[in-house]
Amino acid sequence: MGPYILCSMILLLGVYAVVAKKNLIKIVIGLLIIEYAVNLMLVLVGYKAGGEAPILTEAGQQTTNFVDPLPQALIVTSIVIGLGLTAMVVALCIRLYEKYGTFDVLLIRRLRG
Amino acid sequence: MKGMSLIVRTITRLLAGFILVYGAHIVLYGHLTPGGGFAGGVMLACGLILLVLAFGKDGALEIVSENAASAWDCIGALAFWLIAVLGFTGGYFFLNFVGKGEPFNLISAGTLMWSNIAIGIKVWACLFLVFVVLAAFRIRDEG
Amino acid sequence: MNNNNVLLPLFIAMPLGAAFLIVLIGRLREAISDLVAVVITALLVVGSLAVAGLEPQVYHMGGWEPPFGINLVLDPLSTLLLIIISVVSFLVCLYSINYMTSYTSKPKYYGLLMLMIAGMNGVVLTGDLFNMYVFLEIGAIASYALVAFGTEHEELEASFKYLVLGSVASSFILFGIALTYSATGTLNLADIASTIGSKGLNPVMIFASALFIGGFGLKAAMVPFHAWLPDAHPSAPAPISAMLSGLLIKALGVYALIRLFYSVIGVGGMYTNILIVLGILSMVVGVILAVGQWDFKRLLAYHSISQMGYVMLGVGIGSPLALLGALFHLLNHSVFKSLLFLCSGAVEHSTGTRQLKQLGGLWSKMPVTGSTCSVASLSISGVPPFNGFWSKLLIIVGAVQAADRFGLWAYILAAITVLVSFLTLVSFVKVQRYVLFGALSEKLQKVREVPAAMCLALIVFAILCLGLGVLCPFVLEQLIEPARDVVLDKAAYISLVLPG
Repeated sequence: MGPYILCSMILLLGVYAVVAKKNLIKIVIGLLIIEYAVNLMLVLVGYKAGGEAPILTEAGQQTTNFVDPLPQALIVTSIVIGLGLTAMVVALCIRLYEKYGTFDVLLIRRLRG
Repeated sequence: MKGMSLIVRTITRLLAGFILVYGAHIVLYGHLTPGGGFAGGVMLACGLILLVLAFGKDGALEIVSENAASAWDCIGALAFWLIAVLGFTGGYFFLNFVGKGEPFNLISAGTLMWSNIAIGIKVWACLFLVFVVLAAFRIRDEG
Repeated sequence: MNNNNVLLPLFIAMPLGAAFLIVLIGRLREAISDLVAVVITALLVVGSLAVAGLEPQVYHMGGWEPPFGINLVLDPLSTLLLIIISVVSFLVCLYSINYMTSYTSKPKYYGLLMLMIAGMNGVVLTGDLFNMYVFLEIGAIASYALVAFGTEHEELEASFKYLVLGSVASSFILFGIALTYSATGTLNLADIASTIGSKGLNPVMIFASALFIGGFGLKAAMVPFHAWLPDAHPSAPAPISAMLSGLLIKALGVYALIRLFYSVIGVGGMYTNILIVLGILSMVVGVILAVGQWDFKRLLAYHSISQMGYVMLGVGIGSPLALLGALFHLLNHSVFKSLLFLCSGAVEHSTGTRQLKQLGGLWSKMPVTGSTCSVASLSISGVPPFNGFWSKLLIIVGAVQAADRFGLWAYILAAITVLVSFLTLVSFVKVQRYVLFGALSEKLQKVREVPAAMCLALIVFAILCLGLGVLCPFVLEQLIEPARDVVLDKAAYISLVLPG
């Protein structure tokens, strides 16, 4: 139960950073923290107490004591998606700095209403 | 970007080859050891990014130009798509249609190795291109 | 049943391959990218009409049997959405040939557009929960890039806001998927459905479904989560606004909610009440904020929120008639909202502005745009014989008929719906008066009609509006009723994918 609560706390830290920070880069870091917390949750879901890493090293090996390998495949996919998103958002931040001259969210407010 | 001092450049010249070979090893042995296409591709890209950091932007662009990286990006993605579509020869989309071979050999597990190579090429070209394009904005500022 | 029809994976494979092919060879000549995009979307239209008549079936990707492998499931609800996606994307590609000449790098635009289409087709066809998330992200990231395509001040700001909100929603969806996997032990939608059916709902699943409502509700622009839409949809280039409003919020948001809550989790009293409340809020807030707008595309974006509220109200009520109206309104809204956004793009292409106060009297100069804009405005306001009237009528009658479950609230819901329709009519009368009628100012004396490919796309959409309205009984019986029957029948979905 403990690891799940800690993982949820990391998620909430990320949400705090997205909601309350005023610098664009800090908001981006908040997004990344949320993503890492969700990946951590996926790892924890597959964990089994006393299990081994799910790698076959010899033929005919006993596979009953492995942790669940399916969430680990999901995490690799999720990390790749996060990488694509990070590249996209950093490019947007650079372009926003070029156009507006600031990283402050309160000053980048041309659209309203 | 200007590049770094003489010590950094010498060490990078020695190390970059090893990093690239290690990245290729991770890609090729992806079906036997942890890693695979994505992790190996990131390491290959980091090898080239190390060259960009140490020698300036032209250091790596002499090896792979921007247009070439963009072309390799698309070729890697199309190669992966081709492997998936060739599964139709066995009857299903994405079928593992190559012979399976002995377990724990290098050439085994069918299309896994070829998919890893295709993904490795795509990720390497893509990350290198992203870094070069984002770094190019600083060049415009520095004149 | 005959499974494994070879057409099903082609819906995902063709746009994916075309995206990278266009980026690779489009740099030689731009006309090649136009040609490949139009040909691929035309093939998708033909393919979706070809699978429309088939019986429900499953495709086992890679030869793996369910529940071990990823399956593609074709049932009438997926067929309905595939037809909508293919037809609207084909017409948008036709329109983009002329419209996107003022932007940079057309091959990259077409590449991103094809990726978005592949993502939407993947969400609609897949039978696996994590696969749905992957295709959702493919479509969403392509749309973030497309919103920022013009790289002006406002477009970058709107894209950043859309990206932050959208990726927080996607992370919540992934969190819900992690919790679902821990509660049921499988990722196959039909297997999850049968596990929940046999074991019942435990609190972890209820928390996961709350996360799904939040995440997919943001993708569908429901009211507490709508803040990105009024900035993102106007800032995108006009064909992309049509794709976003007409397809993305439906395929990624409403379809996923219907599939998860009707076929997988099993809808009960609590969820239907939440969906009804979200629907009513979206309808009312959307239309009230829309009436006061003076920017043409921002007004249309707020109306998207309002009309999606209609669909969510019908889905929430859940009676056969209300669900029929909701699915038909999904189809109609794609057609007339895309047409409205394309008309606004045509106006902007010719006059250079979107502000209602600077336009006027364009009917005489741009007859095709003017008449199709009038057709679309009449459709969205619910004027017979156009298509909007029938779907809104079905939803209102469905709301009234639910009086035995909700008592007096059912009549209040129906009254609010009628009031929102009236306010929609008011705002579109305002649009018509300021854009088309009135005096032609001297700055606009030189505007001409838009080029032929754009006119063709506008005319085909207008014909679809009229045709869907006039042929309403035929469309309902062939397309919408099978979809509605599939939504209401959870056991049939399970036995389709997991025989025995």
